Amino acid sequence: MDNHTFTPIEARKPPSTAIGPIAWMKESLFSSPVNTLLTIFFGYLIIKYVPPVLDWAFFSANWVGTTQEECTKAGACWIFIKQWFSQLLYGSYPEHLHWRVNLALIGLVAVVVLQFFLPQHLRRKVGWVSLIVYPLISLWLMYGGLGLETVSTDKWGGFSLNILLAFAGILMSLPIGIVWALGRQSDMPFVKMVCVASIELFRGVPLITILFMGSVMLPLFFPAGVQLDKLMRAFIAITLFQSAYMAEVVRGGLQAIPKGQVEAANSLGLGYWKTMRLIVLPQALKISIPNIVNTFIALFKDTTLVLIIGLFEVLSTIQAALQNSNWLGGHHIEGYVFVAFVFWVFCYTMSRISVYIENKLDTGHSRS
Amino acid sequence: MSNLNQKTAVPKAAFYNRAEVRSVVFQFLVFVALAYFFYTIYNNTLTNMQARGIRTGFGFMSQPAGFDILLSLIPFEATDSYGRTFFVGLLNTLLVSVISIIFATLLGFLVGVSRLSNNWLVAKVATVFVETFRNIPLLLQIFFWYFAVLATLPGVRQSINFADSIFVNVRGLSVPRIVWESGASFVFYAFLAAIAGAFFLSRWARKRQEATGQPFPAFWAGLGLLIGLPLLVFLVLGMPASVEVPKLQGFGFKGGMTLIPELVALTVALSVYTASFIAEAVRAGVQSVSHGQVEAAAALGLPNAKVLRFVTIPQALRVIVPPLNSQYQNLIKNSSLAMAIGYPDLVAVFMGSTLNQVGQAVEIVFLTMLVYLLINLILSMFMNWYNAKIKLVER
Repeated sequence: MDNHTFTPIEARKPPSTAIGPIAWMKESLFSSPVNTLLTIFFGYLIIKYVPPVLDWAFFSANWVGTTQEECTKAGACWIFIKQWFSQLLYGSYPEHLHWRVNLALIGLVAVVVLQFFLPQHLRRKVGWVSLIVYPLISLWLMYGGLGLETVSTDKWGGFSLNILLAFAGILMSLPIGIVWALGRQSDMPFVKMVCVASIELFRGVPLITILFMGSVMLPLFFPAGVQLDKLMRAFIAITLFQSAYMAEVVRGGLQAIPKGQVEAANSLGLGYWKTMRLIVLPQALKISIPNIVNTFIALFKDTTLVLIIGLFEVLSTIQAALQNSNWLGGHHIEGYVFVAFVFWVFCYTMSRISVYIENKLDTGHSRS
Repeated sequence: MSNLNQKTAVPKAAFYNRAEVRSVVFQFLVFVALAYFFYTIYNNTLTNMQARGIRTGFGFMSQPAGFDILLSLIPFEATDSYGRTFFVGLLNTLLVSVISIIFATLLGFLVGVSRLSNNWLVAKVATVFVETFRNIPLLLQIFFWYFAVLATLPGVRQSINFADSIFVNVRGLSVPRIVWESGASFVFYAFLAAIAGAFFLSRWARKRQEATGQPFPAFWAGLGLLIGLPLLVFLVLGMPASVEVPKLQGFGFKGGMTLIPELVALTVALSVYTASFIAEAVRAGVQSVSHGQVEAAAALGLPNAKVLRFVTIPQALRVIVPPLNSQYQNLIKNSSLAMAIGYPDLVAVFMGSTLNQVGQAVEIVFLTMLVYLLINLILSMFMNWYNAKIKLVER
């Protein structure tokens, strides 16, 4: 008897025209005459401009040294950044006290990171405590007093000021924004009118005009003798501006919560504040998180504007460094590229986080 | 079941627990608090202003300004009034906003569509463009273009020269200018007439198509009318216009039109920054059109261009227009960063120079804010009208 066992012929590889780098190139680079032309055009631009830029930034850049004169190679003079690095980060904050700024920033990172890695049941408690305690601690660290050497706010500066302004602004604007958003949804006509007017006013004008308002008008509003700190005035202006945006973000979240939730809460006998605190806001804020992160990114970029009213954030530090008589060699590109790079890393990372949270949150609500 | 018929006495809520009463009381309290707040501010401000010898009211608007302005669309001299500085600044703000909105829209649509290109390289280049410019502060970008790029351009005598008619140097961009001679206004009237003609033509074409099913190439006919009629009038009148090319004379350029570097830097930065946001809106809009729509249109035998025009674009626009509106508003607000590089916009001229000299902070800051609010309101109204026009008509 024939012992036929079925042996299939060996699977053949797909033809080289359908798989592999050549097929990929054919598919995604040269699929039509127009595409071929575009590929050649952009390829030419990249080959022509990317190597010189890399060469300028890395290969023939000056890395070692302390003065402008040591920038002898044709590339970027990164010594400029190296020498001004501490100023760019801390402004004129006294050098022996930099550890306090570092501690405040590390604490900030810790508070944020903890929210992602703590076990679920602890997150909320730790979150609330850190939301109230952490700002006080960092204020104490930055300003001093109570046993620490006092550092007046005109010495604060550099990139740490941008970070602190942005975080403080978002922290203050969140409660105000929530109140304005709730007011906007309110049935009480007068409350609604006040909230709508505040939101539309501060959202409709440029941040500069609000900063100017804080800088030239605010001192007039207070009784004679009350001196308001310059940083404080900028902070108030930023908070007002940001609260308006925050209110709109929170409103978006509130509108996404089905009416049944409120009605269910009412039928359980919960009053307005309890309904909001226990039922509506937790859900609304949760789905607003990606947008809150996005407004935070916008605010973070906008903190550079305080340079116009004379605060020494990172961009005005760079401007001052470029005017310094030891560094008059025109290091504008190095300076701006460095600051741009730092901002870019921060903003890009945060926008990725925002997308990640959005995707993660998405699963809980889809019911299909 | 029998419980249903039992009449349980519902206790009436106490007077102070009734919703209407609470609402009135709460609103009254808010009103009193706000009134007290504003009254205190008003009083303090008046006292402070008296103490510092600052006058109130808008009387200063008619006093002579005494400073010069770098760029002005209307005739302006230092002896003109503060009121006129307001309009000079406002026009400069509108100028840079309008130019930037046009460029940002064109660039944004181009990049947004490129991100969806089936050419891998084009899509990647567009992605890098968006992710780079979106994540860097606008003020930094303005500084970069102004201090790092434009300030390092060659001097007037070593201008970069394009075809002997466009010159780029550290003082700005000199381009040829069209000089209209007498009779040129008729060309303008012809253009207006052509716009009206094209409008009625497209209406007639649509009506005819709805009635008879016969299409009429209204777009091409209209375009022909828009270009042809003014051109015809222009030729008939014997070409009453000439081109004035900028010429190097002494230390500067004579003739032509010179765009100051502040304007160029601001326009480039605003356009590129906003374009990266518009690109994202456009991408989201195009992606929101479901693939089945395109396939169905193709199955009906529509050629690619018509699929785009009648199926993809109208549906994508519905998603694109609302974010486009807020991006335009942001651009107008962001144009106030002009102050940082000395472009004389409304904030720089009125809230900067004028406020410095007059010192009437309250009036000037509020007036400036009001102007931005009004501009944004008008823009919003226009965009909402447009949005309503292209909106999905649901039955």
